[in-house]
Amino acid sequence: MTPILDVRNLAVRFGPTLAVRNASFTVQKGETHCIVGESGCGKSVTALAIMNLLARNARRDAQAIRFNGQDMLAYSDRQMEDVRGNRMAMIFQEPMTSLNPSFTIGSQMIEVLRRHHATTRHEAEQRAIALMQRVGITAPHMRLGQYPHQLSGGLRQRVMIAMALMCDPELLIADEPTTALDVTVQAQILRLLAELKQELGLGILLITHDLGIVARVADHVSVMYAGEVIESGRTAQLFANPAHPYTRGLIDCVPVPGKIRPGEALGSIPGTVPVMKDGFSGCAFRFRCPQASEVCTQAVPRHALGSDHIVHCHLAPSQGAGQ
Amino acid sequence: MPRLTQISFVIGLTIVGLVFVAAVIGPWLTGHDAFAQNLNARLIPPVWMEGGSSLHWLGTDQLGRDYLTRLLYGARISLFIGVLTVITSGLIGTSLGVLGGFYGGRIDDAVLFLITCRLSIPVVLVALAVVGLIGSSLTLVVSTLGLLLWDRFAVVARATTMQIRSLDYVNAAWCSGCSPLDIMRHEILPNISSHLLVVCTLEIALAILLEASLSFLGLGVPPPLPSWGLMIAEGKDYMFFSAWVIMIPGLALFTLVLGMNMVGDGLRRAFGTQVIK
Repeated sequence: MTPILDVRNLAVRFGPTLAVRNASFTVQKGETHCIVGESGCGKSVTALAIMNLLARNARRDAQAIRFNGQDMLAYSDRQMEDVRGNRMAMIFQEPMTSLNPSFTIGSQMIEVLRRHHATTRHEAEQRAIALMQRVGITAPHMRLGQYPHQLSGGLRQRVMIAMALMCDPELLIADEPTTALDVTVQAQILRLLAELKQELGLGILLITHDLGIVARVADHVSVMYAGEVIESGRTAQLFANPAHPYTRGLIDCVPVPGKIRPGEALGSIPGTVPVMKDGFSGCAFRFRCPQASEVCTQAVPRHALGSDHIVHCHLAPSQGAGQ
Repeated sequence: MPRLTQISFVIGLTIVGLVFVAAVIGPWLTGHDAFAQNLNARLIPPVWMEGGSSLHWLGTDQLGRDYLTRLLYGARISLFIGVLTVITSGLIGTSLGVLGGFYGGRIDDAVLFLITCRLSIPVVLVALAVVGLIGSSLTLVVSTLGLLLWDRFAVVARATTMQIRSLDYVNAAWCSGCSPLDIMRHEILPNISSHLLVVCTLEIALAILLEASLSFLGLGVPPPLPSWGLMIAEGKDYMFFSAWVIMIPGLALFTLVLGMNMVGDGLRRAFGTQVIK
């Protein structure tokens, strides 16, 4: 089956700084693919690079970015505008500021549909109401006429999701969609996304730093570090058998209620993500890795552990059938 | 309790509203023609002064024309010039500012250069020169001022566009497939309009004052059109004997400009707390 999104060797650079290096992943229809990593490791840049919406000083290189088998690298600006919001939609981290404060919810939703499809205002409004109902917004008729500042954060994120679905996209890119919401709303939004995925056969590319979310909703995970996908695999596989020291570190950092006693330090990985410049070689994690050794300064090998489980690390092959 | 600024806003709005209504319907209600001369009834003082007559509430000018009618007709000219000038300059300034702020880089450099050039041109001198060369007419005054007064629009539009262009909802709009033109029209303009409205009121006041100065120098609207500046100019020969001849249009000018500025100030404060989050 052709994946909805197939990214091959994506690289993004801002001047001499390498924000993303050799990132490859695929998103299948009806599947949630999570990209995990801490702040500054290139997750959001990856999403923007797929949309071709990077800042002007950024350069995007890739072997291929295929959307339903078509290479989007060859698309003109006009063609990309047709894809964006129409076949590929995005929702953001900050629902509080992602809606235009000058227009009502209704007019913004209708606008999205009418930008891409020839529909009447009435049809668009009907679709907006239906979708608002679907994403769990009560009294959609009333909400249509309201301005963003009249809605709560959770409600706005629901509006953003409904708006993203207006044109019936095949791929939904969600950039930390629940970070700004409180936990109870977070769970509702995640459940909603999972339901929509099943119902509409959406492919979802979910960007997050929260492994709790990954474990709950992802089918597939790519762990990013300093702009590279360092480990990827099916969620169950990866959590049961994390091969990269960074993945293990991330999992150890998740606070589990009951496991940590009051006063005890929470898990952390010391240090911060290094800034990658030209000419860097070896493993980017070696400065923070507890198991780093001499060999880590050399080019990092790629190991396949099982069917889809891939890890980029010198120390990994001991765990499985290396190649 | 309403704050002082709210009170001043209401007062300003009342002044501007009254002047507007007076300008639109006033000249028909006085029962006099603004252009009809009557040399037998020259320089009759206003009704509250000695020798005033209730036939001419604000007296007559040096050619015996009813001063109240001329004053109201002058309000029409002043507002007409103010609004039309601001429409012209607003279009120019806003387009330039939004383009520069939105695209940045070379385009922004060009816009900044234009703004700097414009700021180095003395408005009154250029207006004087143009009117002096071509001859005075209402259209010429409006177009000259319109082509010269766009700098504040450009500066404000550029600065606010820069603040808005990288906000989340603009990014969200990009992601929903907007073209650059869509973004400017739909995301940027509506969200900087409050700032532009404030500039509008201040620029209208400025344009009215400038028109009055030009008319005073005899290079604004041509007589016998009654502009407030022209009325002051025409009355200046008589000001030692009948001070009201220049007091009345001067006071009208002062009140209108003050009212405009009060409205602008009130708008600025009203928007100030909630623009651009």
